[in-house]
Amino acid sequence: MRKVAIIGTGLTKFGELWDVSFRQMIVDAGTRATEDAGIDGKQIDAMYVGNMSAGQFICQEHISSLIVDHAGLVPTPCTRVEGACASGSLALRQAVIAIASGIHDIVVAGGIEKMTDILTVQTTQALATAADQEWEAFVGATFPGLYALMARRHMYEYGTTEEQMAMVAVKNHHNACFNPCAQYHMEITVEDVLKSAPVDSPLKLLDCSPITDGAACLILAPAEEAKQYTDTPILVAGTGQASDSLSLHNRPTLTGLRGTVEAAKSAYEMAGVRPQDINFAEVHDCFTIAEIMAIEDLGFCNKGEGGKMTEQGETAIGGRMPINTSGGLKGKGHPVGATGVAQAVELVTQLRGEACKRQVEGAEIGLCHNVGGSGGTVVVHVLKRGD
Amino acid sequence: MLLMDVGIVGYGVYIPQYRLRVEEVARVWGMDAERVKRGLLVEEKAVPGPDEDTATIAVEAARNAVRRARIDPQEIGAVYVGSESHPYAVKPTATVVAEAIEATPDLTAADFEFACKAGTAAIQTCMGMVEAGMIKYGMAIGADTAQGAPGDTLEYTAAAGGGAFILGKNGSEILAAIEGTYSYTTDMPDFWRRDMRPYPKHGGRFTGRPAYFKHVLSGANGLLRQLKLTPQDFAYVVFHQPNGKFPLQVAAELGFKKEQVMPGLLAPKVGNTYSGATLIGLAAILDQAEAGDRILAVSYGSGAGSDAFSLVVRDNLEAKRDAVPKTLDYVNHKINIDYGTYSKFRQLLVR
Repeated sequence: MRKVAIIGTGLTKFGELWDVSFRQMIVDAGTRATEDAGIDGKQIDAMYVGNMSAGQFICQEHISSLIVDHAGLVPTPCTRVEGACASGSLALRQAVIAIASGIHDIVVAGGIEKMTDILTVQTTQALATAADQEWEAFVGATFPGLYALMARRHMYEYGTTEEQMAMVAVKNHHNACFNPCAQYHMEITVEDVLKSAPVDSPLKLLDCSPITDGAACLILAPAEEAKQYTDTPILVAGTGQASDSLSLHNRPTLTGLRGTVEAAKSAYEMAGVRPQDINFAEVHDCFTIAEIMAIEDLGFCNKGEGGKMTEQGETAIGGRMPINTSGGLKGKGHPVGATGVAQAVELVTQLRGEACKRQVEGAEIGLCHNVGGSGGTVVVHVLKRGD
Repeated sequence: MLLMDVGIVGYGVYIPQYRLRVEEVARVWGMDAERVKRGLLVEEKAVPGPDEDTATIAVEAARNAVRRARIDPQEIGAVYVGSESHPYAVKPTATVVAEAIEATPDLTAADFEFACKAGTAAIQTCMGMVEAGMIKYGMAIGADTAQGAPGDTLEYTAAAGGGAFILGKNGSEILAAIEGTYSYTTDMPDFWRRDMRPYPKHGGRFTGRPAYFKHVLSGANGLLRQLKLTPQDFAYVVFHQPNGKFPLQVAAELGFKKEQVMPGLLAPKVGNTYSGATLIGLAAILDQAEAGDRILAVSYGSGAGSDAFSLVVRDNLEAKRDAVPKTLDYVNHKINIDYGTYSKFRQLLVR
């Protein structure tokens, strides 16, 4: 099995991109990534693109052909990968597997979602199709509703507070202020979060990640060739993926994601690292409670102590384990299919030492954690400096 | 479009006396009233009584305009009523108004629709006809009893009211000359109501930056460029006011001061009167402006377009403006109602 490195990254602005089309967004991100890697499009052997639901959001399926066509890269093979909000990191994992196996050399891992072309109520319904339609959505459960159940149980079992959840949003909005691509450049306070409109108690508006348009791309190459393209290749040291039941009520616990624990175990094992070796992480904070559960399930603190760890500032930039330096899904925005790739872009930026005001000092090993639905699919990657 | 001779020879407004406070709507729907008020900068909205509609509001405003102008209504050669809540889908509101002000039968009349800017489109039509010599006077009205679905954000602001303007070109009668107008129009799906549907739909935040702000900024800047004027040349400015916040924001972006905006900013007290909004705001400014003052008026209609006008007040205004109730008389004459009464008045309750 060949080792794999990331040699280029590209990101669009995240936000309500009303004047940029789906096809333009992915071409913009891809062009930035190829320019960053210093390669020509003709060198690309294959593309994997994560996308949750272009069919529902813009009434367009078969986006693999659309993308390769508008990138001017016909007849390069292009494959769409879908795993709800984990689609992006699944695309990255497919790209890693394709290179590691020796089938392809230069591979693009992309992610994209165009979510603001339809009304909010339609977007919410489209997202809810990532839950179990028969057992959850048809009886009225929405994603905020499912995560609210998890939050309530976490509060009950571990004494996690609404204030601690609010602190996740405050921190991520703060970090997003230093990320030029982030949707929000707006500091908020714990009080703002607590006073924001109730969505699904105990979750309030500012506990929830937004609806976002955005695209992200990575260029990957065999590690032994990576130095031809860049002085700072970033190794994909570990990749892990795990599944869980689609519906929440079929799981043994509501206070954590089994998929996270299992995917992390695989990724740590492959990378030969332990949780305490990780310097910083991008985790899937679709709701503030999700970040608290993630840092526990990834082993950055004991189960039940995620709220306290947040409250003590350990997850802030400069803290023991900086979490979501990009702003996370909450502050940077959450274009569902692009999120997993964008997390890896942030890791690469940090590991290259190019994160400017949000730079984590001495960043050598980073982790990204991407969740599909309420936890039915989870993907974890460990990235390392390769120089 | 630059003109030399046309101006306003009469104007009048009407705002129903009933008011529904933001607190009342928020109470019923379980929302935080302070938050809504902060977000929209609106305190209450004008609600039409059970016997009022766009036609009655247009008639009241038109009568005030004729009385203030002191002209013979038989000399009005055109009546155009702009609204998105005409009582009939087929049968004009304009004929009701023309009959009520005794302008019939030697005139042309029609209803206009362009979301919230149909009234200013009617002004431009009248300007052209007056300038061309087709008619002596033209009356342009913008009036609405706006619809907001129960529970929708629009329910806090969708209000009722109207303004009527009489255009003419006899210099001795002109209260304020219109020195130029410019329009900016694109196809834009920000807010719409399909045929046979009782309530409009809207694209949420999309109605802001790419819709209202883009068109109002383009409309205003287009006219300023044509006339080679800057915000400092104006004593007052009035914008379409879907809420209290947008006009202040757009004014700041153009470089106007709050003092130039406030006299014409009525949305906080009466809500969004749709086709009436820019016209009522302009009337409030004319109620207090002095000869020589220059006024910028910029409307906005979803769908979308913006009409900008530059007016210069003449000496004639002062002598005529006290003839009928002024805008603030209507704004301040009010009876607050609760949501139940509002539901009855707006026929939200069906027996």
